[in-house]
Amino acid sequence: MTIHPMIAALRKHKAGVVLIALQIALTLAIVCNAVFIIGQRIQRVDRPTGLKEQDLFLVTNQWVGAPTGDDPASIQKLDSLLREDLVTLRSLPDVASVSPVNSMPLLNSSWNGAVALQPGATLQTIKARTTYFFGDQNFVTTMGLHLIAGRDFNAGDVANKGFRNTSEPNIIIVTKALADQVFPKGNAIGKAIYLDGSNTPSTIVGEVARLQSPSTGSGSNASVWNAVIEPARLDGNFALYAVRAKPGRIQAAMREVAPALYKADPMRVLDDDSVKSFADIRAHAYRADVGMAILMGVICLILLGVTAAGIVGLTSFWVGQRHRQIGVRRALGARKSDILHYFQWENLLIAGGGAVAGVGMAIILNLLLMKYYEMNRLPVPYVLAGVVVVLLLGQCAVFAPARRASNVPPVVATRSA
Amino acid sequence: MFGYYLDLALRSLKRSPGLTVLMVLAIGFGVAASMTTWSVFRAVSGDPIPWKSSKLFVPQLDIWGPETRKKGGYDHLPDALDYTDAVALMRDHRAKYQSAMYQISPSVVPADAAKHPVHVSGHAVYSEFFPMLDVPFLYGSGWTAQEDHERAHVVVISSKLNRKLFGGANSVGKTIDVEGKDYRVVGVANHWNPQPRFYDLVNSGGFHTDAEDLFMPFQTAIDMGLSNNGNTNCDAIPKEAGFVGLQHSSCVWIAYMAELDSAGAVRSYRDYLKNYMRQQQQSGRFAWPPKTELRDLPQWLSYQHVVPSDTKVSLLVALGLLIVCLVNTAGLLLAKFLRRSGEIGVRRALGAPRAAVYAQFLTEAGIVGLSGGVLGLLLTGLGVASVSWVLPKDIAALARLNVSLLLLTLLVAVVATLLAGLYPTYRASRVQPAWQLKSN
Repeated sequence: MTIHPMIAALRKHKAGVVLIALQIALTLAIVCNAVFIIGQRIQRVDRPTGLKEQDLFLVTNQWVGAPTGDDPASIQKLDSLLREDLVTLRSLPDVASVSPVNSMPLLNSSWNGAVALQPGATLQTIKARTTYFFGDQNFVTTMGLHLIAGRDFNAGDVANKGFRNTSEPNIIIVTKALADQVFPKGNAIGKAIYLDGSNTPSTIVGEVARLQSPSTGSGSNASVWNAVIEPARLDGNFALYAVRAKPGRIQAAMREVAPALYKADPMRVLDDDSVKSFADIRAHAYRADVGMAILMGVICLILLGVTAAGIVGLTSFWVGQRHRQIGVRRALGARKSDILHYFQWENLLIAGGGAVAGVGMAIILNLLLMKYYEMNRLPVPYVLAGVVVVLLLGQCAVFAPARRASNVPPVVATRSA
Repeated sequence: MFGYYLDLALRSLKRSPGLTVLMVLAIGFGVAASMTTWSVFRAVSGDPIPWKSSKLFVPQLDIWGPETRKKGGYDHLPDALDYTDAVALMRDHRAKYQSAMYQISPSVVPADAAKHPVHVSGHAVYSEFFPMLDVPFLYGSGWTAQEDHERAHVVVISSKLNRKLFGGANSVGKTIDVEGKDYRVVGVANHWNPQPRFYDLVNSGGFHTDAEDLFMPFQTAIDMGLSNNGNTNCDAIPKEAGFVGLQHSSCVWIAYMAELDSAGAVRSYRDYLKNYMRQQQQSGRFAWPPKTELRDLPQWLSYQHVVPSDTKVSLLVALGLLIVCLVNTAGLLLAKFLRRSGEIGVRRALGAPRAAVYAQFLTEAGIVGLSGGVLGLLLTGLGVASVSWVLPKDIAALARLNVSLLLLTLLVAVVATLLAGLYPTYRASRVQPAWQLKSN
């Protein structure tokens, strides 16, 4: 098959060829970028939190008329309320373990700070940014964290403190990510670090494999795995409890919570969403990401469909126009497959031209998105995959009209038009 | 004549149903995707108070200094005020209306002992908050400046909380129990939930589905130790513990808004802010030259990036889809029109002017556009309905179908298809009558 006569034929339909090529180029540019956005969203959503998410739920409680928590006496009062609740929750038949917490991964409410190797750190001497979690000796078990070095907290390590108390703990557990960042040579266990410019050292007693920060914002990627766990019950006029149900009993355990807590003390607020499974927290946290991925996916599918429809339409038109010419070629000995291939090659030529232009447009679009909407650089494989997709799309779309063309009988040549 | 073209167009469309269906589908889907994302975009980028947004201003003061900014790697002033400055600005009272505000989240105990306490969201504000933001009232009104001053135990509640506590009756003068203390209801706000929540961008980031339940005087809330339930940002750890420590710290947690009705008022308020900061500098509070910002509401919304960039990107992608659909339609119309070169040749040879050819083929394009638009309407309806399934609730709730959106969908479909039809029509009108007649 020689290309030359094909190009000569295409020159007769310049406008149609340009329109199809343009459409393919635009489709390529948009689909590449959209699929890249989808890929990034899926990556974010798929990040493991480090928790054993099954059977885990969160209880949010607020006391009515509770003391302020600003003076030692009222802190002790709040702490006794909190410990009562812990006893109540732990006594429930379907509950395996409970820990007071200040937040959870994906909850979007975080305590953030910085760690340093010297006391009284300034912004220059900070080694890493981190999130703080507060919990008791059951924190690691309840959250289902994987302790990879050192030891867990025991009951004797756990103290209580007021909500705005800024004193730092003697011992902490850190995530591997944070340990690696602060002590690149490893072996963080037993070493001391200083939290938030404090002068009191905090000794690392344990290391967990992974614990994601509560924040799901896109800006938090650099320190998303950095976390410090402090052995403390925080006493404020509200409290969060992480609860692990016995395997498979999460629904039952969640139902038991509100009646039991009200029974222990009715002067509290438990809203409709005060008892929330981690699965719900996850769904809520990533709703926008999943939504965006679905929206983009739908738009991409429509786009590919429309482009395919355009190719089918125009090729059909060309086949109709060249009926007689095809008949002549058949009469002169061209096989059916020659006709079929002719249209397939023709499409490849047009789609190829469109794809070349599309690669350029995809890159320009990506640069614009990077400039205005904090997008990352489009990786080459996405562009290559896009090229393959539009070429394949063209071949699929052209097949039906080309088949019809190949079925034109040679006798058409003898008819006058 | 138009009727004749309409007839011709319908015949022509019927003659090649395949192509027609392809075109209508392409336009319908393209328009629907763009209109659906447009409805979301419009919802999140609307002006929440268009009649006076250019008169509402948010001040920012450089209380942390250039060093903190440099080390922190950012170059903007704090988004909110600390307690000292918020109270000082209120005391100086240089704008027509102004209010400092912070977010509270107290519990309310219903008088009916059988009901459990409820948790409410609200704001501690000054009396001028209500006239400044044109809060509509169902019953009563806001409190007075006198009551601000006296730190009175008064509240304005939402109509929703009013329904919950008083069954919707006029509750002005009745008392409610907030965190164990009695407060007199002075007003019931009538369904007021502006989107974005422009007076509280620092906390809400823009959008909230639930209206606020309760407003109480700022100084009363401070007195009662109702601590800040919103964001607190600090450049240094507060020296004292507790809520009182927060009030004495340089942490920022108080939103502020002022109404300035003329360009002169804006200028003098700018000068006032500069002077205030200069005095603070001279009194030795900080060492750097005074720096302040004063943005009006539209500028503030854009500065705070209220419209999520996700929404903008999806709008862009949907517009791209619309363009592809139009290129596609242009190609198909071209094929369709050129197929009828013979017919055009005959009409032209019989004396039809080019204008007549234009009229005929643009009518045909218009019909395709209109059909695509009708399909687009259905799909847009479907799209807007499924947005709530896909997007976060607080944003999806804003995207609603209304008459203007429907009309816009039709209009976009028709205009876009006519545009797409221009080139094919131009080509059709260029057909040489003599050549067509000869070949046939």
